[in-house]
Amino acid sequence: MATQAATMAETIDDRRSRADVRARTPYHWPDADGHFGPYGGLFVPETLMQPLTELREAYERYLSDPQFQAELDADLQDYVGRPSPIYLAERWSRELGGARIFLKREDLNHTGAHKINNTVGQALLARRMGKTRIIAETGAGQHGVASATVAARLGLECVVYMGEVDVARQEANVYRMRLLGARVVPVKSGSRTLKDALNEAMRDWVTNIDNTFYIIGTVAGPHPYPAMVRDFQSVIGREARAQMLARTGRLPDALIACVGGGSNAIGLFYPFIEDSEVAMYGIEAAGDGLETGRHAAPLNAGRPGVLHGNRTYLMEDSNGQIIETHSVSAGLDYPGVGPEHAWLKDTGRARYDAITDNEALAAFHSLTRTEGIIPALESSHALAYAAKLAPTMRREQSILVNLSGRGDKDMHTVAKHEGLIL
Amino acid sequence: MSRIAARFESLRERGRTALIPFVTAGDPDSATTVALMHAMVAAGADLIELGVPFSDPIADGPVIQRATDRALANGIALSDVIAMVRDFRATDAQTPVVLMGYLNPIEVMGYAQFAAQAAAAGVDGALVVDVPPEEGHDLVGALRAQGLDLVYLLAPTSTEQRIRRIGAAASGFVYYVSVKGVTGAGHLDLAGVADRVGLIKSLIPLPVGVGFGIKDAATAAAVARLADAVIVGSAIVSQIEDLAATPQRIPAVIGDFLAGLRAAMDGADRG
Repeated sequence: MATQAATMAETIDDRRSRADVRARTPYHWPDADGHFGPYGGLFVPETLMQPLTELREAYERYLSDPQFQAELDADLQDYVGRPSPIYLAERWSRELGGARIFLKREDLNHTGAHKINNTVGQALLARRMGKTRIIAETGAGQHGVASATVAARLGLECVVYMGEVDVARQEANVYRMRLLGARVVPVKSGSRTLKDALNEAMRDWVTNIDNTFYIIGTVAGPHPYPAMVRDFQSVIGREARAQMLARTGRLPDALIACVGGGSNAIGLFYPFIEDSEVAMYGIEAAGDGLETGRHAAPLNAGRPGVLHGNRTYLMEDSNGQIIETHSVSAGLDYPGVGPEHAWLKDTGRARYDAITDNEALAAFHSLTRTEGIIPALESSHALAYAAKLAPTMRREQSILVNLSGRGDKDMHTVAKHEGLIL
Repeated sequence: MSRIAARFESLRERGRTALIPFVTAGDPDSATTVALMHAMVAAGADLIELGVPFSDPIADGPVIQRATDRALANGIALSDVIAMVRDFRATDAQTPVVLMGYLNPIEVMGYAQFAAQAAAAGVDGALVVDVPPEEGHDLVGALRAQGLDLVYLLAPTSTEQRIRRIGAAASGFVYYVSVKGVTGAGHLDLAGVADRVGLIKSLIPLPVGVGFGIKDAATAAAVARLADAVIVGSAIVSQIEDLAATPQRIPAVIGDFLAGLRAAMDGADRG
């Protein structure tokens, strides 16, 4: 009964906050040109300027179109399986001591992660815009799978660009994409990971703009992508806010989410931005350790620059060349970060910290054994931070962690770390 | 008047279409690049576009991506490219040089610092592929303060409104990207290019160069009839790639190739 009440409450809150989230708050980023303070913007070759203008106009039109929103809501409910529950990790919390830890169960979504929230939305937009072909980039393969999934459902051609290195370490997801009818193109240029997949997808788009819709999987890229992807992912935070109120009678004291490009984090944070009593922590991948240089933590150890259409914090050398990143988690292995996170860092609204490979792996095992939930390695970074933060807090306080994906895709990676070959 | 504007004015008086070769700086090495620049001028190049290597060249096709990788493997940075222009200027005070690349290396150096160093070395302008006029305000200011031109791209997708806006922001010339795609992409559609260049020239007063997809003398000659400048990049860079093991041969081979384009274009001018 309690669950049902929560579900109904959040549906109402959902509608209301979607309508007034911009009106009720002084937080109004991005500006009309897509800037979050000095970050974001539209740094693309001229050929893409008009298509991006058309995309922005179409998105703004459908954002306030009740029919589009009703279709999106129905897909999120019936196809994605929303709302996703919040779950009190009681045993894990007790073991850690301190604050109670709640998990937002994005791992229970169709295709196993939060990525589908965004691809469902962008695919509906693609269809409204009359596009017949979908392209996407992917790192861990979750966004590629989520894109291939919606393309299959809508009968759209789908091409997924994936770095050759990632193709090798995520072969199960490559096979899933192929089963779904997508063509997976291994990218052999540069570092052969996510950033190079994004480069190649941009090159495809500039060549095929007439019939092609580029579904970017994170809150990066040129305007309007950071805002559009955030808006589609904000369903996470809208639900979670209502669910926490219904469940505990108050807002959580802290939100924690992992940050690669940062779409699951911004999706959780955005509806809480005006709730100044709620602390927000974005957790980057420290890889072998920030001090080793082998990591993927631009907000912690990088500096502002321009890549992939926006100005944001980057990992780069002293000449402005983008450097290779390292993380055990393919989904966090990206040298940039969404421009809104750069802005939330500079303004101090959110705090950004980093978790090493080993800390994430320890949290992966800890949650698996105490709660029977196998988290994605990406989400394990957020869990590891929760395990550090909770003991510093009181029992009556609460932490909400975005469990952004499930760990099924990571079996080979984790086994390899233990010296096993599956 | 800038060196670029002066060069286009003198070409117009002589009834000659500019030939603008593009090469990636430091591919396969810095010394070859400077020798190659002189050889290209001797073969009939009127202006040189020098590519600044960047790790993530989203507007470039495989040929220029590989050239970029070779240059980066040599550790070529923006300051090295500026130094190559300084070396070139020691014996060529006339031929304009435009640096073509992406914004991030310039961001790291700082706009004012870049403009000052480039101007001091004898660079005449910059074409920053991922900076549209919407984001170009501060960069234009820094370049203008040093008398440098900012060359902008125009594309098949540019609306009339955008063409006017870019025309107002650009100086020196504008670069019309003749195909939807990356550098070195498929074949350009001459009739389409003729229409678009006609439209651009009716809207803005700057000289119009055409590039992307010009691979041979026949295409160069055909485009020369339509535009103020013919820009050739990947067709040169792929020959440099083939000769990477024998870099001493590069200036002569590329010089011969450009002389062929020049002759075909001049034939077109006379016709």
